[in-house]
Amino acid sequence: MLRFAFNRLLQAIPVLLIVISATFFLVHSAPGGPFSADKAVPPEVIRALEAQYNLDQPLWQQYISYLGDVLQGDLGPSFKYSGRTVNELIAAGLPATAELAMYAMLVALIIGISAGVLAAMRPNTMQDYLPMSAAMLGICMPSFLLGPILVLVFGIHLEWLPVSGWGDIPGDKILPAITLGTGYAAYIARLSRGGMLEVLSQDYIRTARAKGLSEPLIIFKHALRGGLIPVVAFLGPAFAGLLGGSFVVETIFQIPGLGRFYVQAAFNRDYTMILGMTVFFATLIILFNLLSDMLALWLNPKLRQQAGGDS
Amino acid sequence: MALLDVNGLKIYFHTRDGVVKAVDDVSFSVDSGETLAIVGESGSGKSVTCYSLLDLLPKPPAKIEAGTAMFDGEDLLTCSPERMKQFRGNDIAVIFQDPMTSLNPFITIGEQLIEPLIYHPDKARRLTRDAATKRAIELLDEVGIVNANARFNCYAHEFSGGMRQRVMIAMALINEPRLLICDEPTTALDVTIQAQILELIKQLQQSRDMAVIFISHDLGVVAGIADNVIVMCEGTVREAADTESVFYRTKDSYTKRLLAAIPEGAKTMANRAEVGQPLIEVSHLKTYFKDYSSPAARAEKRQVKAVDDVSLSIQRGEILGLVGESGSGKSTIGRSIMQLVPITSGSVSFNGTPISGLSSSQLVPWRQRMQMIFQDPYASLNPRMTVYQTLAEPLLYHGLANSSNINQQVQQLMDDVGLARASMRKYPHEFSGGQRQRIAIGRAIATKPELIIADEPVSALDVTIQAQVLDLILDLVERHNLTMMFISHDLSVVRYISDRVLVMHHGVLIEQGDTEQLWANPEQEYTKNLLKAIPLADPRSERARLSS
Repeated sequence: MLRFAFNRLLQAIPVLLIVISATFFLVHSAPGGPFSADKAVPPEVIRALEAQYNLDQPLWQQYISYLGDVLQGDLGPSFKYSGRTVNELIAAGLPATAELAMYAMLVALIIGISAGVLAAMRPNTMQDYLPMSAAMLGICMPSFLLGPILVLVFGIHLEWLPVSGWGDIPGDKILPAITLGTGYAAYIARLSRGGMLEVLSQDYIRTARAKGLSEPLIIFKHALRGGLIPVVAFLGPAFAGLLGGSFVVETIFQIPGLGRFYVQAAFNRDYTMILGMTVFFATLIILFNLLSDMLALWLNPKLRQQAGGDS
Repeated sequence: MALLDVNGLKIYFHTRDGVVKAVDDVSFSVDSGETLAIVGESGSGKSVTCYSLLDLLPKPPAKIEAGTAMFDGEDLLTCSPERMKQFRGNDIAVIFQDPMTSLNPFITIGEQLIEPLIYHPDKARRLTRDAATKRAIELLDEVGIVNANARFNCYAHEFSGGMRQRVMIAMALINEPRLLICDEPTTALDVTIQAQILELIKQLQQSRDMAVIFISHDLGVVAGIADNVIVMCEGTVREAADTESVFYRTKDSYTKRLLAAIPEGAKTMANRAEVGQPLIEVSHLKTYFKDYSSPAARAEKRQVKAVDDVSLSIQRGEILGLVGESGSGKSTIGRSIMQLVPITSGSVSFNGTPISGLSSSQLVPWRQRMQMIFQDPYASLNPRMTVYQTLAEPLLYHGLANSSNINQQVQQLMDDVGLARASMRKYPHEFSGGQRQRIAIGRAIATKPELIIADEPVSALDVTIQAQVLDLILDLVERHNLTMMFISHDLSVVRYISDRVLVMHHGVLIEQGDTEQLWANPEQEYTKNLLKAIPLADPRSERARLSS
């Protein structure tokens, strides 16, 4: 298992290098720069700023020195938030985003798996159609619509929950978690329904029935583990996506997370911020994909033993 | 009254295309210590009949329309779900056909074994985990699992096919059922393993005085073990009597046809092998694969010697049979000759020209001259291509036909393999198993090859269909002047079709000879055992064979 992980991490190095290079040259080839603002700034000021951030050097030299910094884990200074580094900015936004991601994932897993399993137990009946239609709705419903609806209903009409904020009033984390988790819950419901249907049609489920086991035992002990493998494969990229922050949800509920940095960095031509966020996000995707692959391996005894041979 | 009395059972499947009468007015009974065999081809309703007894059919589409199944005075078909749970595993147990798919791959076999004990529907009879484990290990020992204590925590994939079926049997017996249903329990197993498993079931039945229902398509197996036989066809019972009456005195036309279809005796066609330069010459062939089976094997970079130093030759016009049990390397030899797997060392020559080591583009002209027929036509035909496309592709690719005469050539092929021209635009799923194998055979002979390697071409087919396809193959060999390598685990089939036979065991060629000579005087111990293990479709001689 360890060898497997190590191999996969080695493969990640060229991937990251390509991501960094492509992003670097793309942002630099976009018209404008971090210091071209609406207001006219004296050229000597711009020149001084560019010298300060090494932007007056040839592009390839900038590229080499950026790579060198990234290797040491330094994502450079932000061009727009003067005096702060990209590392600091990500560190400032990450806790809120990570917490929100965790809650959203929890919501998604609980709702998604229960809906999927329920639906798979009685396919093509109301017990299947209802949760699956809801899941379809959940996938179609964008968070910029769902968020405000939830706020209107539970925040303003019923006055059960706060409408925005993060950690200020008890319960203010519930609505954002549901808003962000719903879409993922819907995907997970569909994946777990498919996985469970597949497993429930297997011969070994018939064996379990023939042994006289009760239906809950068959579902939870014999079927669930195999049925959730598709969900596990989806968890990695999904969690990485959540950790990248959601601009929409964080804006609606005024959460000091990472999401807004993405959008602002792009508008600002904040080269190091764009690059830093991209590197951060790419690393997350690689790491979490690896984690979910390892989890899937661990769930399957046959694959687990084969992979075990590598370590 | 018998232990189980089934009367007037009717099970219909209500599908979108109408009602299918899967089981139509079936009656039988079986008593303690007795073995009833239910014989039939695929789709005869034999499994559906038995699954309905334990409520294991998917409902819908299945619906029990009429009938009773009295087990010890209680009707299994109308009892409550709670009562059914008590019957299952406790009074009635099932051994399924394929132990690989019937055991849960995610749970250790030990855990699966003790489940009926620790979750017993009758709470008073539940055992503790420790007591259940002890009982399970004893039983594993009894069914012949060596070192049962250590094997208890293994997963199904860590056992061989025969050992897996032993685990299945132990699982079925763990609550001492009074009725054991065996659904083709040896069909997925090699013939020597089959003999062991049948013997084991027999012993366990006698020591426990169980009633056994034995579902099978193999009349040889049935002849040896059954007290009574019912023959089913398309949902109805065609014949029901004691075993000897069914085999020796049947009046039913279908049963007669079934008995006649069993390949028996020697090849009736003359040996057409030519002398002189062999068409295929294989010398010191070694095909090794990397061993991924266990962590240790991987770490040490061990190799599986699938084919280990095999030399053979095939004369032009000859039908060469290649027999062996699963894992003996017989398929790998076929694929190595076809250059479908990279060989480790040795050489393969076609008509005197070495073809091993050629690049795939250099092989193209040779591919036209040698073709392959695979075991499962459903898996080896492209489901998105019509028969026409499947047959036309090799003709056009090898430039054997052009747009003006392709239709006519494909029609000719359809005629050759006995398919209706009208079904040319149909897809594989619209055909039956036998017809699909005819398509595969048509595709193989399309390029007018000199050599055909047939890898278990009739193993997936019912016995009556198998007989037709074998005759088709023999007919085509003669008409198209083919040379053939016929790979099979079924010794009777090989005897029926081949001029000469090679016996493979663990990647090594252990014996070869002219078919009849080999059958009469096998030299190697392994070959003797292999030949001895073939069940005979004749109750008297089969029982004599078993008791010897």
